[in-house]
Amino acid sequence: MVAASTQACIVGIGQTEFSKASGRSEQQLAMEAILAACQDAGINPADIDGMTTFDLDNTDEVDVMRSLGVKEIKYTARLPQGGAASVSTIVHAKNAVESGLCDVFVIWRAMNERSQYRFGQPHHSMSPDAHSSTFMEWCFPFGAQTPAAWEALSCGPYLDKYGVTSEDLGRIAVTFRQAAATNPAAWFYEKPITLDDHQNSRWIVEPTLRLLDCCQESDGGVALIITRSDRAKDLKQMPVRILGAEYSMLFNHEIISDFYAGDLIRTENSEIVADKLAAKAGIAPKDTDVAMIYDNFTPQILRQLEGFKYCGIGEAKDYVADGHLELDGKTPLSPNGGLMGEGYIHGMNNITEGVRQLRGTAANQIKNAETAFLASGVAGAIIGK
Amino acid sequence: MRPDPIQRIDTAFFWDACERGEFVAQKCEPCNKLWHPPRPMCPDCHSLEKSTAKLSGKGKVMSWVRQVRPASYGFKESPIVILVDLEEGLRMVSNLVGDQPPEIGDKVEVDFEKTVGGKAVPVFKKVGA
Repeated sequence: MVAASTQACIVGIGQTEFSKASGRSEQQLAMEAILAACQDAGINPADIDGMTTFDLDNTDEVDVMRSLGVKEIKYTARLPQGGAASVSTIVHAKNAVESGLCDVFVIWRAMNERSQYRFGQPHHSMSPDAHSSTFMEWCFPFGAQTPAAWEALSCGPYLDKYGVTSEDLGRIAVTFRQAAATNPAAWFYEKPITLDDHQNSRWIVEPTLRLLDCCQESDGGVALIITRSDRAKDLKQMPVRILGAEYSMLFNHEIISDFYAGDLIRTENSEIVADKLAAKAGIAPKDTDVAMIYDNFTPQILRQLEGFKYCGIGEAKDYVADGHLELDGKTPLSPNGGLMGEGYIHGMNNITEGVRQLRGTAANQIKNAETAFLASGVAGAIIGK
Repeated sequence: MRPDPIQRIDTAFFWDACERGEFVAQKCEPCNKLWHPPRPMCPDCHSLEKSTAKLSGKGKVMSWVRQVRPASYGFKESPIVILVDLEEGLRMVSNLVGDQPPEIGDKVEVDFEKTVGGKAVPVFKKVGA
């Protein structure tokens, strides 16, 4: 465990609105979100000295420095694996500031994935040197060309083994949309759904994913500022401490097109992360007060609930049905409405919500939230007051 | 029509074999292990010396999907996509011929279909069908 004075803390959060057509560049969305995070923290953007984003992000470090007047960066990293990178950013931020390499670390993700390109649609061609072509080569000529198709194919053995029905998945979507309905920042604000709505929504990928099992392509930007607790105490906000942040990727696995290793029932990488977090943070994910679990598609919630040890293997559908993830349940799930309900900024808006819950400033505030769990499959973090 | 496979230096042997109607996997010469997807180096012995091994073409369906919206690009109708667990212990994404979804565990055997540019890919048929 790190000394209290050098512990990494999230001290600033910023975001743009979440929409289907931002009307401005991805680079501008990034700058707006980063500036908002700096202002939230009370930090001069010129003091930023380290940064990370996703390898899929189209804003360059130079762009960030050029717009925000960042004088010098000492460390930057681009993280792979799509939305799985979301909580991985916290692992890097923690290491960068606790090692002393950086003092003010920024994480951003900005995308016009609805208005500028379609994240959920097939590429019409892919060159052999394109990003992810080594994975897509084995899917594309067989008509498995969207994230929804890869996800459904990978989850098939699990759903079949435990008899998970479309209604079981629908209950997860209903939970997210219920929370989003009372979050003014959510795209689906005041638009809750019923299980019938879910069951009547059209197929996206048979026999697993209906429209309402899927997150929605969104435009928007999100940013966070991380520093050490010795510096954090002089800033504007109550620091949110990063109690633990861990990552695990295992041999021969892929992320969403995860077909080639393991039994496709258990998610062993998540199990490893859960164990490491319990040991290093001193608290297990299931014992935290809020669960911010990456929800690109509903089956991911079931597999991560089991992988991060909220319940036993095959028990997640009952865990959901028993109401444990409701806002008044044992571990409320994504009170912002998650990526499905609030917006899909590649997972990052779930992290800012975790911070708001601990600050006590969330739209759907969980009473006495002291700790929150952040998860994106291969990565997990526990944050605390 | 079905899109051509994306071909790379490390994988051309697989697609070339399909054009000849052969179903193969990468084989490591020193340690005889089979690997799919292909890769430049054997992860067990780190040899770069590779050959190909003919596969039986028999396997079982582990999972299936059909991409409804958006429909599969290039196809007249979205095909049934299957994840096949091959006899040799390898897994592969492919298609089940026809429009009848399989049951998980169904036995399948390999066949080939042409792509738009005259290449070929392996697809599977239900055994006995």
